[in-house]
Parts: sequence; C-alpha cells; structure tokens
Amino acid sequence: MNAFARPQTLQDALSLLGSGRWQPLAGGTDIYPGMRQSLPGQVLDLTAIKGLSGISGSDDLRIGACTTWSELAKAKLPPAARALQQAALMVGGRQIQNAGTIGGNLCNASPAADGVPPLLALDARVELASPRGTRQLALPDFLLGPRRTARAPDELLTAVILPAASLDGGSAFVKLGARAYLVISIAMVAARLSLRDGQISAAALAVGACSATARRLPEIEAALTGLSAASAGEAMTEAAVARALSPIDDVRATASYRTSAATHLLRRAVAEALQ
Amino acid sequence: MISFALNGEPVHLDLDPTTRLTEALRETLGRKGTKVGCDAGDCGACTVMLDGAQVCACLVPVGRVAGRQVETVESPAPDLDRLKRAFLRHGAAQCGICTPGMLMAGVDLLRRTPRPTEAEVQDALGGVLCRCTGYRKIISAICDVDEAPAEPVADGAIGQSLPRLDGAAKVAGDNFGADEALEGSLLLAAIRSPHPHAAFRFGDLAAYAARPGVAGVFTAADIPGRNLFGAIPPFADQPALAESPARFRGECVALVAFEPGTDPDTAGFPITWEPLEALITPAEAEAQGAPRLHASRPDNRLIEGQVIKGDSHRALEEAAHVIEGHMQTSFVEHAYIEPEAGSAWMEDGVLVIRACTQAPVMDRDETAAVLGLPADRLRIIPSAVGGGFGSKLDVSLQPLLGLVTLKTGRPCRMIYSRAESMASTTKRHPAEMTGRIGCDATGRIVALEFDGRFNTGAYASWGPTVANRVPVHVSGPYRTPHVTARARAVHTHGPISGAFRGFGVPQAALWQETIYDRLAEKVGLDRLEFRILNALEDGDATATGQVLQAAGIAPCLRALRPHWARALQEARPGRRGVGVASCWYGCGNTALPNPSTIRIGLSRDGKVMLHQGATDIGQGANTVISQIAAAALGLPVASFSLIGPDTALTPDAGKTSASRQTFVTGRAAQASATALRAAILRLANAGDGAKLALSDTVLTVSDGPTRRQIALVDLPPDRFGYALSAEATYDPPTVALDENGQGSPYALYGFGAQMVELEVDPDLGTIRLIRVTAAHDVGRTINPLLATGQIEGGIAQGIGLALMEEYLPGRTENLHDYLIPTIGDVPPIESLLIEVPDPEGPFGAKGLGEHVLIPTAPAILNAIRHATGADHTRVPVLPHRLLAAMKGNA
Repeated sequence: MNAFARPQTLQDALSLLGSGRWQPLAGGTDIYPGMRQSLPGQVLDLTAIKGLSGISGSDDLRIGACTTWSELAKAKLPPAARALQQAALMVGGRQIQNAGTIGGNLCNASPAADGVPPLLALDARVELASPRGTRQLALPDFLLGPRRTARAPDELLTAVILPAASLDGGSAFVKLGARAYLVISIAMVAARLSLRDGQISAAALAVGACSATARRLPEIEAALTGLSAASAGEAMTEAAVARALSPIDDVRATASYRTSAATHLLRRAVAEALQ
Repeated sequence: MISFALNGEPVHLDLDPTTRLTEALRETLGRKGTKVGCDAGDCGACTVMLDGAQVCACLVPVGRVAGRQVETVESPAPDLDRLKRAFLRHGAAQCGICTPGMLMAGVDLLRRTPRPTEAEVQDALGGVLCRCTGYRKIISAICDVDEAPAEPVADGAIGQSLPRLDGAAKVAGDNFGADEALEGSLLLAAIRSPHPHAAFRFGDLAAYAARPGVAGVFTAADIPGRNLFGAIPPFADQPALAESPARFRGECVALVAFEPGTDPDTAGFPITWEPLEALITPAEAEAQGAPRLHASRPDNRLIEGQVIKGDSHRALEEAAHVIEGHMQTSFVEHAYIEPEAGSAWMEDGVLVIRACTQAPVMDRDETAAVLGLPADRLRIIPSAVGGGFGSKLDVSLQPLLGLVTLKTGRPCRMIYSRAESMASTTKRHPAEMTGRIGCDATGRIVALEFDGRFNTGAYASWGPTVANRVPVHVSGPYRTPHVTARARAVHTHGPISGAFRGFGVPQAALWQETIYDRLAEKVGLDRLEFRILNALEDGDATATGQVLQAAGIAPCLRALRPHWARALQEARPGRRGVGVASCWYGCGNTALPNPSTIRIGLSRDGKVMLHQGATDIGQGANTVISQIAAAALGLPVASFSLIGPDTALTPDAGKTSASRQTFVTGRAAQASATALRAAILRLANAGDGAKLALSDTVLTVSDGPTRRQIALVDLPPDRFGYALSAEATYDPPTVALDENGQGSPYALYGFGAQMVELEVDPDLGTIRLIRVTAAHDVGRTINPLLATGQIEGGIAQGIGLALMEEYLPGRTENLHDYLIPTIGDVPPIESLLIEVPDPEGPFGAKGLGEHVLIPTAPAILNAIRHATGADHTRVPVLPHRLLAAMKGNA
C-alpha cells in the first residue's frame, strides 16, 4: 500500500514534504486521468488543510490554493474578479468545478488552464511555502512553460494573492471551443479595464491557449489607455495580437485562425468589461 | 481503515487511500450502479454526490471521503426515485450507461433549484455525456420531475408511448459488460501495437508468465482454431491476436491474465517493436508499387461496388445544368459511453461469454471458429449494452475472454480502457467523394455520376457493406434516370473502419445533398421545392431499377413546408440560415438473407414468454417487439415476460444493425404471435375475431356470446415445455444485384427529411444551432416515445459529424480531445412522425435507427451555406475551417 497523508495543518504538510518525495494532491482532476486505479508513490492530500481553502482579506485578496472553482464562482468578489468567476464556471463540468482547485490549476501549468488569463489580468501573485519560509512570485514568474513551474520540490503553493491595486475596474472572460460544455479552449481571453471620465484609465488583457503559456498584451493595453469605450476596438488589431502571441497550430485550430479569433475575443471581452 | 456513509449506511474499507472512489464502490463494495466511461473526468458517467455536491467518482481518492457522505444511484432518497420515474416517463434513458450519472447530476440540481429552467439543467448536466438520447428527453424529464397527473396506463397497443420495458433496470444502474463476473475471475490485459505498422518480437514470455500475480500469457500461437474473424465470412481477415507485423495502432498482439486482486499492469512485458513504413492515406495505399496489407488484395483494394443505370455520360452532356462536387469526411468514433467489457466461464462443458454486443449469434459463430469449438459448446449472453451504433457488431474481446477461459478452465473478465476502446475498435469510414449531378431546365434530375473512395483501415470488417450500400443510396430518395456510381474500400494502416449508423450513406448524403442546393440555385428553384419535384413516388424505379412502394419522402418534405416558409423569413444573410436534406435507407442486409426467428410460449403457469433475441442496445427492441407481438396475439404487453437474448435460450433474431429489428424481427414476432393465436383459436374452436384474456393460469377465449376457458396447466408440455407455443421466421424478400448493381436489394425503405436552422458567428466561425425539424416516415409508429428518442439521438450524432468529430489515431484517444456533442450542443428538436405504411412491414412499420442520422449533417452544411454563401467540402466544419471558407468566399 502506498503512503497517503492527509494533514490538517500546513505545518504538518510542509514537514512531510521536507522529509521525502511526496506528490501534492489537490482536487485530483488533472492527476487521476492517465493513472491506474490508484496513484503511485507517496501522496500528500492537501484538501483537509483548513487554511488553504477560502477567500480572505480586506485589502489584497487572498485565495487559498485549495479553493475550488465552485467556491470561487459563488464568492462575493469585486467586479475586477468577475472574469475569474466566469472562468470558474467554464472549467470542465460542474463535477470538475466542485473538485478542481485554483492552486492545482496553476501547478498543472497547462497552456489551456482556464484560471490563468483572468489571474494574469489581475496581476496575481502566488504564495509558496516551504520549511525554509514563504515567498511570493508574480504569476508570470511562476509559470515557466507548459507543465513547468517555479515551485521547488519542498514547496507548496498556498495561496493566490490578488493585489488591491489591481482589484479595480470591470472584467470579463470569454472562452472559445468547438462545443458548449467540457471545452478545451481554442483560445480564451480575460480583460480588466478601468474607466475614468469616459476614458480607459487602465487596461489589463491576457490570452490563453494560443501560446506555450498564457500572455499579457502590454502593447495593446497601452494603446487602449486613454481611449473612449466606443473607440476601444481600434486598439485591438490582428497585427498587434499576432506580435503579442505568436500563436500555435494544432488539431483544434490553425495559428492564423487563433490570431483572428483572439482579436475578436479581445474586443468582446473589452466591451463586456466596460459595461 | 476508511469509514464513510454510503447512501446513509456506514461502510468500512481497508484500501489504498489513493484508490479511485469508483474502484472502491464497484470492486470492493460491489455497488455497480456507478458506471465508468473514461477514468478521466471527461464523461461524467461516474457522477456521485460527495457531501451533497456532484463529483466524478473516478477522480476522488477514496481516502478523501473518510467521515463524509457519499450518495450514488443506489440511494433510496425519495427525490432520486421521483427523478427516476420522470426519466422513464420521458424516455430519458436509452442504453442506460450514462443514466446513473445523469440522475445524480440531476438530483444535485433539483436539490439546489427545485424548478430549473432549461439553461440551468444544461449548466448542471454539462459534465455528463450521453451518446444515445440527444439529451432533449433528459432535459424535459428534469424540468418536469413532478408526478404527471394520473393517466390511463398505456397497455402497449401499437402507437402508444409505452415506457421502455427494461427501463426500471436502466434507471437503477443496469448490468453492463463490466458489472458481472464470477468470483475469482482472472483479469485480462491486452498488449497492443503503439504503431500503425510494426514488426514485433517477444522476449522471454515464460519468465514474464512466472511473475507473481500473472496467471498466463497468450499469443497467436495459443489460438486453437482459425486465427481470423470478420463480420462478413468470405472477407474474414482479422486475427484475434496478431502475428508480426501489427497492421494498425491498437492491434492486440498478446494477452496477459492476472490473478484477481492484482494490478493488471503490463509494464515490462517482453516485446520489441520495429516500426515499419505505414500507408496512412488511401492515396498512398493505391500508389503504384505500394506494398499490400493483405497478399490477396491487389492495390490494397478490398472491394468495389457499383450501380450503373442508363447512360449517365450522355445524359449529363445534354443536361441544362450540371454541378460537380467534392466532399471529404474523417474517421468518426462511435464514442459509446461503455467501453467494451465482458466475462467468461465454463458451465457444464460449455464456454459461456457474457459481453456487450449487437450480434450474439455472429459473436458465437466467429468466436467458435477462432477457438476451434463447435457452435453448441459456446454460449453468448449479451450483457446490457452501453451504446453500440455499429461498432459492437464486430467481435472485440469475445475471442480473448474465450481463449483464456478455455485454456485455463478459469473464469475471467476484461474491461477496455477508454483509450483502448477508441484505438482498437472500428470507426466510420473516412470518405473522399467526387462526381456530378445534372438536371434539365425545369429542375428535374437527369443523371448522377459518383466516385467514392473509402478508407477501410487495416481489416475488412464491414467495408464490403459500405462499398455496396453507397452506390445504391447515393442518388438520395430522388428520381434519377441515369446513374453511374462506384464506391471502393481501400486498406490502409489506419483504424479499422466498420459499421457506424448508416454504413457510408451519411457520407454519401453529404456529397449529394450539398450539390442539390447548388443545383437548385442554378435552376432558380426553392431548395425544398426542388427536392419535392424530384422526390421518388410510388411506382418510380430507383437507381437499381427497383420499383418502389410506400415511398414516403414527398410526404416528409411536404410536411416541412410551413416550417420552411417561417424559417426563410427568419433567416438573415451573413448570420442566420436554414438548410434541408433528405434520407432514404433500405432496411436489412443488401440483397443478402438476414432472417429473424421469434418464439413465443404460453407457459403452463399462465405467462406469455417472448424469446426475444434482438439485442436492445438502447433503441428499444425489447419494447417494440413486445408491442408488435402483443398486438398480433391479442393479449396486453403486461402479460408478456421477456427471455434473452441468449444464444442458448433465444432463436436467432439476427444482428441489431441496418435498421432491421423493428421490421425484420418485428415481422417474425408478428408471424409467431399470429401462429400462436391461431393455435389458441383452433383449440377453442373460435373465429378470427375472438378476444383473448389471460387470468392466472386460465386463458379465456370470447367469440361473440361464446366463451371458452382453457386451463393451461391441463395442457401437456410441448417440445419447449410450454402449454402452447409458436416459432416463426421472417426473411425479407430481395432480388440480388447483377453486375451493374441492378436488382431489388431491400424489401423495404424508410424515408425522412430534416430542416436545420442555425446562426453563424461571422467573426469566430462558430455555429449555434437554433432548431431542428425532423419529418420521418416510419410507416406506422409502434411507439412514439421510442421513435422520437431515435430521431433526437441520431440528430445529435449528425451534429457531431458535421461540426466537431474527427478521430486522429494517437491524438484523440480520449473524450476531451475527441469531441462529441454535450447537452448544450443539441437544440430543440421537433419530430414529425409521418406514416406511409409499407405492406411488407409489421403493421406497416419501417426501420428508423439509421435514417435519423443521415440528413442532419448535410442540412447543417446547407444552412451554413445559406447563411454565409460558403461551400464546404470537408467535415467537420471546425470554426477555423468555416472562417477560412467564409474568407475564401469573400
């Protein structure tokens, strides 16, 4: 029988992690597929650790790594996090949303991870804990590439931090696939915009499933700033999107399609975020 | 020790805590109601409630449920029971494999939202896939969960929506192939080729077989009989266990039997692969000098079928309008939610195999040949079948199960993984089709020329059927005086293409019906009226020269007229379009015998025993055959008990394919019941109009004022042990096709036409289906609830064919990369049941199962063209392909 631990405290979890080769397990929705009827090796189940679930904070928002998509979707959050909540309702079916966690989604580091574009648009940071201490990384510094993160073997991702400064404005998430539910994205977009006196005062845009990792689009964000809501569409051109993404060709779509689709999705997300 | 509450009862398990909850429920606790379709959270069949929230049990480590509440389909909760009754009332369960998952997701919703909207149902059930129903009846069951007002119980007369007779088992969690095995069964695992074409060598098999937990290793050398099977005996070419080289990715080359309780992990199996050059496309396979997959088949051609009538070349030269068209389709996976599974054991010297199948007698004969057994020493008991759609006509694991039990004398079981099921079983043939259709200045079709190349993969399977059916049907249900049509099946090192709902006709209809829209445009006729103008009528000859009776296509098309007029008004250029397409389909084998036999016995204890050998894979044969038999006998369905299918207990009712069971087995049931009735009337000396009543063991025959009572216990048992019984066989009368494909290949045809309304997103190339209106001529409706269930399910598969399904070996061997429609992808469907009775059908009834899929995809393509002007010559129309076509058009 394999070792299986389900600690109640972070401290217990970290000391186990420091003592051997443990595989952290959160929702399990990305780990079980492809496995046999049980998991190999030593499995460290994180879902009983109370401090890892739920959303707290009055300034920065702190989302526990083991917070499920369902919990996120029904939480009361500012409009800036609406994109994240919309994404939560598009991760798999309801069964997956009830089990899958935001931390697991980030650690799995799929190019098509639904949580990533909204979190990029929120300038999210991740908190990593180890027996050596705690550190925070900006999300782009954590996600190194497909299935690769900056998490050290003795570290646990404990929380996602949404900085107060970025919890401003409205936001929207749109996801494109070839069917209605259980969609693996062809492309997805998150947009967060602040409007002051009829002008866009800040813009944060991110696109997923079009490049090896999801990306922010700083050039377009800058072009949007200062525009009116009505003229925002002009800033989002296929050429600028292509420069930002260098999209991929795969069985789900061609690169040129992704460029065009991402451009339209950006326009729609921006329009929705500005409503 | 892991303790939790299962359906309110405490349970304690001593298990690896990372064991999947599905495995713990099913294998340790023996609760088989929770089904496994993918082990990856892609299908939702294993949905259970964990502390009141739906989860996929396959993704939950059992250690995590300690101290918590787990609720499954076996729960006695009254609200679950109420939902089960709604499912039965609405016909929301067909094969039943997704039903437990649907019920649990439904209960989860209803506990949060007692009166849900359709959108809320879709959101809540979006994670459970169904391949049979098209989801619409599931939605209506959940939205109408409250008890229906008391209404008279349907007695099952012809035309009544009798809920399916096997429905109670379906909503309880039926017993599928993976759900039953004898105690102590060995667990089998296959070694499969990871390459499309590869030589292989075994290492030290004896050493591997001596490993702890391994009970035996089996290869081609162990096959006692002829190591070849195939659905069509003269073409049998597929080994149960291949010898080197393997000819497709997923081909089984060896088998390992594991002791019960052992993890059936084949890592380290001693085999060395040497990949060889693979012929992937038919063009490569037909290229000069290409190596042969099978020595006896030059040019890698399995077969070519043709139909030649008149002089199409000259007729097209003289035609006022001619349109040339091309169409290409992909491999399509059946994607039933039940991966192949079964078990085997010895019983009194007879090998018994219980597995999912559509064709028990074919399984028996093919497996007996592989195992070198006489047919009477092999018994096939079909399990409940979690969807088939054609693929479970071919044997899959039956010879493997049989081999191990025969060799070891021990019971065994085998369950395919999702990836294994997808890689190793048959697909719809990819087609490359080209040709021309012409009409005169008034729009009357004069001629058609067609050439189709079908990728039949590594082995024959049903390739010959596709090659023969396509030329017969490629004209569509339209008068076409001059026809030259050829279709050939070409071997490649691709997946085996076999039978899939329609045997090639859906592909051909895509080609023909899209050309029809372009022709109508050229002539300047309305697209629906153009079809009505050319619709086959009684007395018309088909492309094979067969003179039709009971041609129902024109009534179907005319029934669409008011809907069409409305839809045209609501259409918007660039955005919203409407399309129409037709189907026809000959029921039963193409000019080959395909008899069905039905036995009905009146038992001495007063039961009507229906020996029903037509496998019900969800389509409803158990119910429909009972209704037909009851009507012909003159007793209510409620007095019937079903026996079988079981090759030891039921006469051969043939395979569940070719839309033949309602027709062919229905006729056999009607004849058998009529014969039994005649015997009863003779015994009672009563006239034809006498009424029968069965009460306990007394059969009362009332003929006007005369009443005669027959005490069944007093009658001597006949050869079957019954007080009275009858057996009858029906084989549809056909005339063989000559060298030009002329003859009468089918005794009966069914017809239909569908209209699709949709909206195109011109920026993204995505499609939103708005509504499907489906008119199908069923001859005579036996059971409207089941008939509309077939229509809705066929349309869902047609949607998949048109818009999303494309199987790529090695790339899409799971249910998240291979996309099938979800509950949000099937729009409202209005079914119009048209009745043009066929004198050959039972009470006039015609087949329906395959017809329903054929028009959907071409109607979608025609609606897309109507909205955008873009022509499509390839399916699926993925968003990037649609956008490219629209840009090309602009």
